[in-house]
This record gives sequence, C-alpha cells and structure tokens, in this order.
Amino acid sequence: MAEMMFWEAVRRAHDEEMARDPLVIAMGEDIGVAGGTYKATRGLFDKYGPERVIDTPISENSFTGLAVGASFLGVRPIVEIMSVNFAWLAMDQIFNSAAKVHYMSGGQLKAPVVIRSPGGTAHQLGAQHSARMEKVFMGIAGLRVVTPSNPRQAYGLLKSAVRCDDPVFINEHELMYNMKGEVPDGEYFHPLEGSECARQGKDVTLFGYNISVHWCLQAAEILSKQYGIEADVIDLYSLSPLDRVGIQASVSKTHHAVIVEEAEAPVGVGAEVMAIINEECFFELDAAPVRVSARNVPIPYNHTLEKAALPNAKSVVEAVRKMFGK
Amino acid sequence: MNAADKKRLLREMLFARRFEERCYEAYVERKIGGFLHLYPGQEACAIGVMEAARPGHDYVITGYRDHIHAIKCGSDPKEVMAELYGKETGSSKGRGGSMHIFDAKHHFMGGYALVGGPFPLAAGMAKAIQMKGGDEIAICFLGDAANNQGTFHETMNMASVWKLPVLFVCENNLYGIGTAIERSTAELDQYKRVCGYNMAADHCDGQDIEVVMEHAKKAVDYVRSGKGPYFLELKTYRYRGHSMSDSGAYRTKEEIETWAKRDPINILRDRLIEAGEFAMDDFVSMDKEILDEIENVIIKFAEESPEPKVEELEKYVLTEHCPYAKGEMR
Repeated sequence: MAEMMFWEAVRRAHDEEMARDPLVIAMGEDIGVAGGTYKATRGLFDKYGPERVIDTPISENSFTGLAVGASFLGVRPIVEIMSVNFAWLAMDQIFNSAAKVHYMSGGQLKAPVVIRSPGGTAHQLGAQHSARMEKVFMGIAGLRVVTPSNPRQAYGLLKSAVRCDDPVFINEHELMYNMKGEVPDGEYFHPLEGSECARQGKDVTLFGYNISVHWCLQAAEILSKQYGIEADVIDLYSLSPLDRVGIQASVSKTHHAVIVEEAEAPVGVGAEVMAIINEECFFELDAAPVRVSARNVPIPYNHTLEKAALPNAKSVVEAVRKMFGK
Repeated sequence: MNAADKKRLLREMLFARRFEERCYEAYVERKIGGFLHLYPGQEACAIGVMEAARPGHDYVITGYRDHIHAIKCGSDPKEVMAELYGKETGSSKGRGGSMHIFDAKHHFMGGYALVGGPFPLAAGMAKAIQMKGGDEIAICFLGDAANNQGTFHETMNMASVWKLPVLFVCENNLYGIGTAIERSTAELDQYKRVCGYNMAADHCDGQDIEVVMEHAKKAVDYVRSGKGPYFLELKTYRYRGHSMSDSGAYRTKEEIETWAKRDPINILRDRLIEAGEFAMDDFVSMDKEILDEIENVIIKFAEESPEPKVEELEKYVLTEHCPYAKGEMR
C-alpha cells in the first residue's frame, strides 16, 4: 500500500485504463496541455497524445454529448467537467441521452461514459461555484452515481466506472484533491454499488458521503471521548443506487440515524436515506432520524456567512447530543 | 442512375408516404399513442441522401421524425410499425415509441426527442469512427429549427476543429413546430450559418431526389475521404403539422398548394413517365401493392405482436449484469 494524494489516485486510474485500452479517452477543459485544473490528468497529454487526451472548447453540453455519442461505438470516454456547477449546462446530454438511451433503445445501445466533476464548497467561491449537485444526479434512472471519500475509492471507483457499461457520474470534491490516503499497489476495482463501514459503533449511525464522511469520523471521535457514544460511520460512496441493505443493517444495530450532507436538505441525500430507513426498518428506530445539512441558501461569498451556511463535525456532534439528550 | 434504380427509389418514396399515412390512421384509431411526427413531403431528403451514402454501414442519427430514416437504413418496416404500437417486437421493444426508433444492427443510432440533441452525439460517433480507423461516416439529419439550439453551434465548432467524419443534413422545412423560419431565425439560408465554423457547406432543392443525390454524393465523398465535416441544407416542406397535435393552421392554403406542385414522388414519377420508362398504370399498381403490403403484412404484424411483459418494466434501465458493480472484480 502506497500513500498518495487524491488527485494522484485519479490520475493513476486514468493512466492504467488508457494504457490498457486504446479506446479509453479523456476529455475536458484544460485537461490536456495544462494537465487539469486539479492535476487529475497531469502528464497524460504527453503520453497519449491530443487524440486521446482532448482539450475541449468551453461547451459543456456538447462535449459531454460528443463523449456519449462516441461511447455508443465502444469508445470509453472519461469526461472531466471542471466544476459541477457547469454540469448544469450538460444536464441535457447526461439526463436525456446518456441515462436514457439504453432503455429507450430496448437495450440495443449502451453509453459507457464516465463523467467526473468536483462539487462542493471550497474557499469563498461564491454562489455559482459552490454547487452540490449529487441530489440532482441521484434522481436520474439509468445513471450510476458514486462519490469517493478517499484516494483508494477515487482510484478504484474510476477503474470500475471505466469498465462498467452504464454511464457513471463521479462526484468529487474541490477540497479533497490534496488529501492523502493509502491505495493498493496492485490493480483495484472498487464496487460501484454498496456502502462501507468507516468506523464501527453500536449507539448511533452517522451516514456520510464524500467530504461529510470526514465530518462524521471527527464527530465520532468527539462523541466517543466526551459523551461515551459510539458511532457507526457508514460511507455511502454509491448514491445511486443507494445501499438499502447496508443502511438497514446499521440502523438495525444502532437504532439511531443521523444523515450528514454538505448539500441543502430539500430533496436530498438525507431525505432519501430517511425514506429508505422508513421503508426498510422503521420499527428498529428508537428516535426520529435527523438530517445535518447545509442551510437552504445560495452559498454567500463572505467567509463568516459561508461557514454559517455549512455543516461540520461540530454540528454533527450537536445533532447526536440532542438525539440522546446529552 | 438507371431506370430500374429510379423505379426502386420511386417505390421507396411512395412506400414512405403510404407508411406514414397509415400511421396517421392508426393514431386516429388510438392504436398509436404519444406524439407522432410524420414525414410526407420530405421523402426525397432521407431517401436521397442515404441512397448516396451506405445504408446499414454509415451511422445515422436523427430527431423524432425518424421512421423513414430507420427504414432507409435497413430497418424492417414491420418492426417500426410494431414499435409505434408499443409491442415487444418493435424496433426498441416497445420502450421507445415513434420518437425513439433504434436499430443498432443497421447502424440506425436513434431518433431523439430533444431538438438539437443529436448534433453532439453524431460528432461523438464520428470521433469513434476516426479513432477506430473505419471507413464509415456519421450522418446527422435534423430540421432547420435545431440550428437555433446551442448544441448546433457547439458541435459545428468541435466537428470542424477535430475534422470529424460527420455529415450534417439540414432538412429545412421552413417551420420550427408552428413558427415560420423568418419569424425565428435571422439567417434564412441555413448552410450560411456554418461559415463561422470554417466548415464545407452546400445547399439544394430537397424535393427532387436526383438533385438531392447529386449533392449528397459530393458531401458523402468529401466526408469519407477524411477532409472533415460537411453541412448540407435541403429545402423541403412537410405537408402535415409538426406532430399530430398540430393542425398546421398557421400556413396558408396557397403555400401548401405551391409546395404540393413540387411533390417529390410526383416529380420522379412524371420524369419516368416522360422518359417512357413508366406508365401511370404502373404507378397505380405499385401503389396498390404497397397499400396491400402495409395492411396485410405490416399492420397485421403490429396488431398481432405481443405486448412487453410488465415483469420486464425495469429491464434495460442499467445493463443486466455489471461485474464491477457488486465487488466481483475486487
């Protein structure tokens, strides 16, 4: 196991898959000569050339559509949308073409396209560069949505996504590219479905994904040390489909559930996980499930306001304390 | 083109006309649901261009007015009709409908219902062809109104920058749904709109199939030879409204009559008759034969075909078995 940064893990998955299969290509704004805004494709332009590491014009909807069309004929494009905010512009091709073509062709066409994009709030990027769009993607039938919380997942999920015949959206995070973590030395394919237990506990389940897994883990340590509450932390790296079995198993063990999301609460991951808990294991609950979410505002520029709009480990601790009356 | 080929094309166009008219009837009888966009008036476009290309070999994509494009690529008309009937034997197993005919076997890569949506998909298929080094080309048929979408401009630019082997065929029927082109579009000549993208372009009459073929051949040869993309505008007219829910009342009687005089079927038929290669009686019996086939073979097949199974409602949402999904490949 070697330790590497998140961006290095993403880059390594690109490199291995491109070396193996000449039909794997990378596309996006500034990913070639410049090596990618977050370095995820650094050095690949020199190695694989401009035909396979493609600097696109700033035309998100159509370069995404172009990737989808190429995938119909067996090409395996990995599209980088520089910021998830720009993915709104590509929603037509993601939603109407990539996600639906297999179904509406009666199974004849496949769209094995991978779309990676960093979302989340970073450092005072303002309302139009701080979107958290996972809730939008996970509501689209025909599209897989995964969201890595560490370099190992980032590497293994991209490897699996490239090989999978379905379109896969990979939701990354602008603040996580320099995060370090261990990645297997040999090839590793992370399953696209399921969830992972990031910390074992018996008292409460903290559901997180992507960056919020880290808030959950920090909160779990505080809860253990200061309040004697042991949290099970479940990493929902697959947002579509969500792991109903994993959600049920943990809640059946702890009987308490807190869902932590960086996005606003309405129509979000928390709402969906709560619905699954209701459907699968309502009578296992000892307390009403709680969401810890962002405030429902466009993200403000001002540093203090921005921080106030977002949840963190402290807000997770507060939610659990309230649930347990401590 | 020899007389036999001309007669074959006449038959194909007449078949297309009768097929679509029969769809109209089936829609009125409520055998066909959803939206239905018919092709009468535009037959020389799809049939003429594809006659100059290689049907079943070249990859074709279009919008929602797609039945005839699929059939010209090699689709079995029985399966197209069965799709309109929503049957399991349909081109898309009843999951697509009129706007989503697919026939991957014949390289007909689909009808799409978002105006302008197929532009980038076509360019993407061309990118794949370019990478794999095949001699196919991608052909994208869309209407004039699609050129007012962002995908038109974005895709023309990329196709030109990367010299992709794609032919864009603009079937300019003068209306975007119910809005006349001069009320929605600053430049009426559509082929001029790609000048800004440094792309080869041409335009011609879309009602005379021989004219269409002549221009299409030049376009197809250009693209196939690796010179890059090409834009061909065909001036045409649809006789019916945009879809079945549109009566077409926004058009004058005079306009419709003027275009009816330039009917693509009549143009070719009369030319054959004038040349002494065909008689009106031949046309009448050709028509009868077609109507007979549509009724007794095609409609019969669609009527008698089974419905899709409700238990298979969720089939095709994702691929049936993905070893990378459940951790089999760790």
